[in-house]
Amino acid sequence: MSRAITIARREFFSYLFSPIAYVAMFMFLLAAGFLFRMDFQPGQPAVMRTIFEWMVWLLVIIIPLLCMGLIAQEWATGTIETLMTAPVEESDVVIGKFLGSFLLFVLLLVPTLVYVVMLRIYARPDFGPIFSGYLGILLVGALFIAIGLFCSSLTRSQIVAAVLTTAILFVITILPWWVGGEASLPEFGRTLADQMVFRRYTDFAKGVIDIGNFVFFLATTAVFLFLTVKVMESRRWR
Amino acid sequence: MIAVSELTKVYGQTLAVDRVSFEVARGSIVGFLGPNGAGKSTTLKMLTCYLPPTSGGASVNGFDIFKQSEQVRENLGYLPENTPLYPEMKVEEYLDFRGRLRKMDRATRRSRIDYVCDRCWLAPVRRRMISHLSKGFRQRVGLADALLHDPPVLILDEPTVGLDPTQIRESRKLIRELGGKHTVILSTHILPEVEAVCDRAIVIAGGRIVAQGTPEELRTSRRMTARVLVECRGPKQDVENALARVSGVGKVEMLNGDSTYVTAALRPKEGYDIREEVARTVIQNGWPLREIRLESATLEEFFVQVTANQAMAQTETSPT
Repeated sequence: MSRAITIARREFFSYLFSPIAYVAMFMFLLAAGFLFRMDFQPGQPAVMRTIFEWMVWLLVIIIPLLCMGLIAQEWATGTIETLMTAPVEESDVVIGKFLGSFLLFVLLLVPTLVYVVMLRIYARPDFGPIFSGYLGILLVGALFIAIGLFCSSLTRSQIVAAVLTTAILFVITILPWWVGGEASLPEFGRTLADQMVFRRYTDFAKGVIDIGNFVFFLATTAVFLFLTVKVMESRRWR
Repeated sequence: MIAVSELTKVYGQTLAVDRVSFEVARGSIVGFLGPNGAGKSTTLKMLTCYLPPTSGGASVNGFDIFKQSEQVRENLGYLPENTPLYPEMKVEEYLDFRGRLRKMDRATRRSRIDYVCDRCWLAPVRRRMISHLSKGFRQRVGLADALLHDPPVLILDEPTVGLDPTQIRESRKLIRELGGKHTVILSTHILPEVEAVCDRAIVIAGGRIVAQGTPEELRTSRRMTARVLVECRGPKQDVENALARVSGVGKVEMLNGDSTYVTAALRPKEGYDIREEVARTVIQNGWPLREIRLESATLEEFFVQVTANQAMAQTETSPT
């Protein structure tokens, strides 16, 4: 485990030296600011629902940017060889990289706490939904990062990794939301769409912490991390 | 120290390494010599547990590369081809990261980083970003990383590629000094490197070991005696006949000369030094002598020979 933490540390600090992280942060905070402005109006209830609901959309764009290089770059530059010939396991590398990115993602969210403070200054917000909203966004972030990591392990090209991640995130997040609104959708399709990320996430944004949703995010995250380990191990039989 | 038996690697349809067996004694420096694509890197990757062999096995410092991969990796330092490094890190940071990965405690890390930076002449760039370093310094960072945990075995894949002549000389000197304390395997396609650095050479071509031994043994094994080159002014045919009669001269070969000067390459018989006799003959015939020179057999010649043989053998045995 200490090796995973070593790798997480390196990954996190490397982000701070890459322009990608700052571009992503800039985009995220800019959009979050505009979203907050919709909530933060005189006469409106003191909530952060809009910002939470739309944040997922931002993540569909931003997470692929943050994760595309995680493993793809190691393949491309050959550093994977130095890494794997040190006494580390594939799982150390995958968990380490995941934690490093997740930490950066948490850092990305920290400035949005300003909005909580602002709400508190001007009104008496209900902290329950705000707390569950943050919990939800952290869970969604974890899943998205695991997917990004997985895609990054599949290819040497960061572009391919980013496009693939965006495609998967689109299919599990935006597509279900989109077709979910169609009246002509068959029952099966609607049930399926309901199982996807967006509906589960909006529960959190509304302030509902459902154990099923909680388990869903943790389990899917674990599945993608596991798959990533398997892809990394596959170099041995390729 | 390192024992390799029947190591084989197949990539899809390509046989990259074909039943390679060899042993390396503790403290020796072994050169892995071969043309590009001969299977050098693949063999080294299998020894470092990066790639598993298709069949066969190997042990490093007594640990099996299959069953005790972690111990093998703890016991070796590896410099991969082209020295991959993280460009956004500083030299010290990178070495510290590598030390942590190897679970070295803080005090050990600090003293070892000081030691390897000193050993690999990295002192002036310790706080520089790796992306700002020249190829030579990067190579040394890779070497410093390989040495960081003081491993008994060092595996260096083309450690001097891309360096300038001064750096090459320095690197070779360093590697030379590392022998004795560390067991070193280095791969190269540069022959003088093997002659300059290694105790033993293993020549690999087409995935197979085609020869091994000390550089001296390899040179003599193919009866590649030295030749004497003579350049003088005289009629070609007369020169050839006269030189062929000198005692001790085995074979005379006339090389291309210009219109007035001719060059002859003479192969002396075993145990003869023919230079004085040859010079006398030329002078006695009244041919102005421009040059006489002993050309010692090089490993290069040997290398070209064995690898060419190998290529020929392959085309003969291939089904089409």
